[in-house]
Amino acid sequence: MSMIEIKNLHKYFGDLEVLKGIDLTVNEKEVVCLIGASGSGKSTLLRCINSLEKKTDGDIWIDGELVEHEKESSINHIRQKVGMVFQRFNLFPHMTVVQNVMEGPLTVKKLPKEEAKKLAMELLVKVGIDEKADEYPAMLSGGQQQRVAIARSLAMEPKVILFDEPTSALDPELVGEVLKVMKDLAREGMTMIVVTHEMGFAKEVADRVIFIHEGLIAEEGTPDQIFNNPQHERLQNFLGQILE
Amino acid sequence: MEFATGFFNSTVNFFTTVIDFAPKFIPGVTATLQLAFLSILLGTAIGLVVAVLKLTRKKILIRIMNIYITVIRGTPLLLQLYFIFYGLPGMGIEIDRFPSAVIGLAFHNGAYISEIFRGAIESIDYGQREAARSLGMSRWQSTKRIILPQAFKRSIPALGNQFIIAVKDSSLASVITITEIMLLARQFVAATFNVFPIFFIAGVYYLVITMGLTKLLRMIELKLKVNER
Ligand SMILES: Nc1ncnc2c1ncn2[C@@H]1O[C@H](COP(=O)(O)OP(=O)(O)O)[C@@H](O)[C@H]1O
Ligand SMILES: [Mg+2]
Repeated sequence: MSMIEIKNLHKYFGDLEVLKGIDLTVNEKEVVCLIGASGSGKSTLLRCINSLEKKTDGDIWIDGELVEHEKESSINHIRQKVGMVFQRFNLFPHMTVVQNVMEGPLTVKKLPKEEAKKLAMELLVKVGIDEKADEYPAMLSGGQQQRVAIARSLAMEPKVILFDEPTSALDPELVGEVLKVMKDLAREGMTMIVVTHEMGFAKEVADRVIFIHEGLIAEEGTPDQIFNNPQHERLQNFLGQILE
Repeated sequence: MEFATGFFNSTVNFFTTVIDFAPKFIPGVTATLQLAFLSILLGTAIGLVVAVLKLTRKKILIRIMNIYITVIRGTPLLLQLYFIFYGLPGMGIEIDRFPSAVIGLAFHNGAYISEIFRGAIESIDYGQREAARSLGMSRWQSTKRIILPQAFKRSIPALGNQFIIAVKDSSLASVITITEIMLLARQFVAATFNVFPIFFIAGVYYLVITMGLTKLLRMIELKLKVNER
C-alpha cells in the first residue's frame, strides 16, 4: 500500500521553479533516502509533503488522503500523520525535554497530562535520553537534542517521518547516536523519507535511493544500483564529490 | 556666622517641611499607584491583543492596528488625555475623570507595548513555528504555546522600561485634575512657597515607586530564566 503518492508536483518561489514535476510513491514501511546537490530542491520537496510550503501544482496523497494546501483543517490533520525532523532540531527552549515530547499529544490530541507524560517517557527511553527528561534543551548536546526531536515527532504516532538532513548540524562524533535511533525506527517498520549526505546510512538502511537534480528525480534505485552503478553523469559527479 | 545660621535655618526648615508634608502626599501616591497599576495592566493587555492581531493575515485588522499605533506615537500624551476628557463629551461620550485618565494612559502604553511584543515575536526563530505547526498545531495554538511564551520572556527588559515611563507619564493625569503626586505637589507649593522640599518629596516618591518596579521585574526575569541556560 502506498503511504505517500506525489503526482506531477511543481513548486515555484516567485519566478524560480524549484520543483519541476516530481512523481514519487513511497510505500508503507519503506525507507527512502533523498540525495542531491545543495539547492536541488530536496528540502522543498519534504516541506511540500507536510505543507510547510504550498505546492504550485500537482497532487499529494498521504495515507490515501488528498492534501489540500488551501485548507487549514486539512493541513493540520495531515501533519498529525507526518512527522518532521529538522536539521536544526527546533526544540522548544522554554520547555523541558519531557514537556517538548508531551506538547503534541497534549495540545493537538488533547491527551490527559498523565497519559502524555507516560507516552513521552517511554519515547525518551526509546531514544536513550530519559535521564535528561527534566533538563532544558540548552543543556543538551546536539545529538541529544536531535534524539529528543525524534521522540517529539514520534509522540504524535505519525505514519511517516520526514528527516531533513538530521545530522548535518552535528559534530561528527555525535552523528552515530542519531543515526542509530533512525536505524532502529527503520527496523521497526516506520515509513521514512530521509534527506541525507550520510551515504553509509543510505547504503545500510534505505530501500530506495532517489537522486534529485535541479528539481527533478534524475535517477532512483536500490542503494546498490545508485552507489555502485550510477547511470547519470550528474549522479556520478555528485557521488565523486561526496565520497572525496 | 550669619551664613551659618541661614544655612542652619533652611536645613531645619527643609526637614520640618519634609516631615510635615510627606504624609500629606499619601492620597496622591495612592492615586499615582492606582493609575500606574491599571494603565500598565490594561496597556499590557492591549499591547498583547494588538500584537497578536497583527500576526493574523487579516489586512484590514493590521491596517487598523497600524493606524492606532501611528496616532498614539505621533501625538502628545497630553493631547490624548485632553481629547478623552474634554473632547469626547462633545461627541456625546462622557467618561469620568479617573476612568478617562486610565483609558488614556492604557491606550498610550498599549501602543508602545504592542511594538515591544511585535519585536520580540519577530525575533523568535521561524523554525519554532514550523516545528509547532509540523506537530499539527493550528496557527493560534503555536502562537499561544510556543511563540508568545518565548516572546514574552524576551520582552521583559523593554517592558520594564515602558512600565517606568508609564509611572512617570501618570503625572500628566494632573491636567485633567486627578489628585496624584504632581497635582498635590503643585498645590502644596502654591500654598506654602516651600518649593524645594515639596518637589523633593514628590521626586522621592516617584523614585521609590520606579525602583520598586525595577526590582520586581528583575525578580520575574530571573525566575523565568532560572533553568534555561
Ligand atoms: N522560501 C524560499 N524562498 C525563495 N527561494 C527558496 C525558498 N526556499 C528555498 N528556495 C530556493 O529553492 C531552491 C531549492 O532549495 P532547497 O529545497 O532548500 O534545496 P536543498 O534542500 O536541496 O538544498 C534553492 O535555490 C533555494 O534558494
Ligand atoms: Mg535542504
